[in-house]
Amino acid sequence: MSAYDTAHHDDHDHHGPAPGLTRWLYTTNHKDIGTLYLWFSLLMFFIGGAMALIIRAELFQPGIQIVDPMFFNSMTTMHAIVMIFGVVMPAFVGLANWMIPMMIGAPDMALPRLNNWSFWIMPFAFTIMLSTLFMDSGGPAGGWTLYPPLTLQMGDSFAFVIFAIHFMGISSVMGSINIVATIFNMRANGMTLMKMPLFVWTWLITAFLLIASIPVFAGAVTMLLTDRYFGTSFFSAAGGGDPVMFQHIFWFFGHPEVYILILPAFGVVSSIIPTFARKPLFGYDSMVYATASIAFLSFIVWAHHMFTTGMPLAGELFFMFSTMMISVPTGVKVFNWVATMWRGSMTFETPMLFAIGFVVMFTIGGLSGLMLAITPADIQYHDTYFVVAHFHYVLVPGAIFSLIAATYYWIPKWTGNMYDEKLGKIHFWTSTIFVNVLFFPMHFVGLAGMPRRIPDYSLQFADWNMIASIGAFGFGFAQIIFVWVVYKCVRGGEKATDEVWEGAVGLEWTVPSPAPYHTFEEPPPLAVINKNHF
Amino acid sequence: MNETGSTASEATAADNTPVDKSELARKHYVVAGKMFLLAIAMFGFGYVMVPLYEVICEVTGLNGKTGRISAVESERRLEQTLAGNDADALQREIIVEFVGIVSAGGNWEFRPNEREMRVKLGQQYVTSYFAKNLSTQPVVGQASPSVSPFAAAKYFNKTECFCFTRQEFEAGGSRDMPVTFVIDPKVPVNVDRVTLSYTFFKSKDQQLSSVTFDSGEPSGS
Repeated sequence: MSAYDTAHHDDHDHHGPAPGLTRWLYTTNHKDIGTLYLWFSLLMFFIGGAMALIIRAELFQPGIQIVDPMFFNSMTTMHAIVMIFGVVMPAFVGLANWMIPMMIGAPDMALPRLNNWSFWIMPFAFTIMLSTLFMDSGGPAGGWTLYPPLTLQMGDSFAFVIFAIHFMGISSVMGSINIVATIFNMRANGMTLMKMPLFVWTWLITAFLLIASIPVFAGAVTMLLTDRYFGTSFFSAAGGGDPVMFQHIFWFFGHPEVYILILPAFGVVSSIIPTFARKPLFGYDSMVYATASIAFLSFIVWAHHMFTTGMPLAGELFFMFSTMMISVPTGVKVFNWVATMWRGSMTFETPMLFAIGFVVMFTIGGLSGLMLAITPADIQYHDTYFVVAHFHYVLVPGAIFSLIAATYYWIPKWTGNMYDEKLGKIHFWTSTIFVNVLFFPMHFVGLAGMPRRIPDYSLQFADWNMIASIGAFGFGFAQIIFVWVVYKCVRGGEKATDEVWEGAVGLEWTVPSPAPYHTFEEPPPLAVINKNHF
Repeated sequence: MNETGSTASEATAADNTPVDKSELARKHYVVAGKMFLLAIAMFGFGYVMVPLYEVICEVTGLNGKTGRISAVESERRLEQTLAGNDADALQREIIVEFVGIVSAGGNWEFRPNEREMRVKLGQQYVTSYFAKNLSTQPVVGQASPSVSPFAAAKYFNKTECFCFTRQEFEAGGSRDMPVTFVIDPKVPVNVDRVTLSYTFFKSKDQQLSSVTFDSGEPSGS
């Protein structure tokens, strides 16, 4: 008896989704669960976005105008937690659920019931997390990094925060176990590892990163919890502990985490660019090896987040050089994307626009990351808006753009309808313009010394902050276009063909549009597999 | 983990018969089980980082953790240096500065009795800190030392220190607390000034020893 068996037999009875709301509650279908993940992260995107707008509204002018500083601090903290754990991670898991079985010719995920659990934990975790904002002691306000001793000084809603983080972690680890099992065991005959689409490869590596790093984070927050309530002194100097040790443990998780947020994006972009350049991906093998190298390096660079804690010179040099080394495999990827486009017969549909936007703007974020890797320079940049500019460039026009690109790219397959191309292009251009208006000035105020996580600032930063805030509201409202496009596409529109895109390669384009509830119950023939890979 | 992947792919590629479902389920459990064990191991690794960090700090002087040696060991090292060719090092002088900090919320007076000292390497010196309990309750304090620059931390050895033990004070009690230290002659040549800083905490363990109450005198050294 296994989860797999049961799910399979149940589904055979009716060949379609169960009616009513319980369909979504009990579903073990990878497409349903993927859809749930994607809607969940879209909802969270607007909640986290609203928090960002509260932050930018307060920072529109110097002085305290709208919210009190404590609430401001809980907004910056919550914005980060929601965007990282509630938007980017579940959205990529949603894409993995939808696409990985279809890309490798599998009928479903390996462990469908586990899959149902992985998703349904999330709404509860975030209900608990967000509910802390309405508690007497307020939401977490010490930064998403939860550094002690500051974070231990928050009120008793602290316990809820830790509990919610544990749930999110359990959900991610279960989802990752499922993805690894699916990729290792469920590939159709002839779908060898090196024929897998890069999205599958990047997710396989991401899943390993998640399984290896999330439990370390779980350990760190458990130590915080016992320090707070059970009298241990892991991070309390009064009891012989060391608060700096938390930073080591946290960033041992935290740095792989940033690659968890971006590696699947690399996979998405590596799927989209060849389609619209009508050329095979340049350097498929090197892409795989580069992804693996980035994953490995991500575990040995964590202390570059803590150059100012005081480290032996040898440590600073090691973490500086190992960090810079990451730009080599990342550079390989960027060059491969550019080389894929080189002399291709390119067209610029919305997914391609977002993918190109990703390549250009992610590279800007990568370059500022390289600047931050330089230890002596980092001591100047540390905890300034330059850092905020850096990680928002890699996460917003990076990870978020790739998610939007993926949605435009695959939504015709999901719904069977083409999205509104004109609105899609308007969405791209407004997003791209405003995202730069929003984040580029942060480089300037950061270099000039504006610290992050503050509700008020010196007068000399006023102009650029006002511009950034205008960009923020522009970017935020531009995303309403996205919701409108998705809504229209779900409701109807021009029917999509099975191939959808002229130059698309991959097994997902061999099934009808919209993808039937069950696909690849019979694995695809070898000839089909061999025709549909890079 | 890649072995699992390639084995699986070979197996899948090899047999063209429809996949046996119970066999597939078994393979799922094997992979899921391994991944689950990896997750558990990494949770444990987070905790292993705690003692690991202590060791690394001790070896490298990271975070200004100072060394602790016995008075006998201190003498032995001095003899060793005198016997060796690096006797010149003993002529070097370093300025040691003393800093005392009360941790947030602590109701203490806590300060060094000397701001700074000129010391010769390899020699033992004694100085003291003054502490006074300003509250109306007996309390137990604990001092946590830190030396900067960190490069000098592991050469800064203490043979006797009030930070080695918990310090009990009765309400309003005060005393001088001595610290005996010696700076290893091997300290890097570019170090000419060292700051020893103590942060005084209210100890997590507030259990008072009965001696304090019986004698009515402050305990500790």
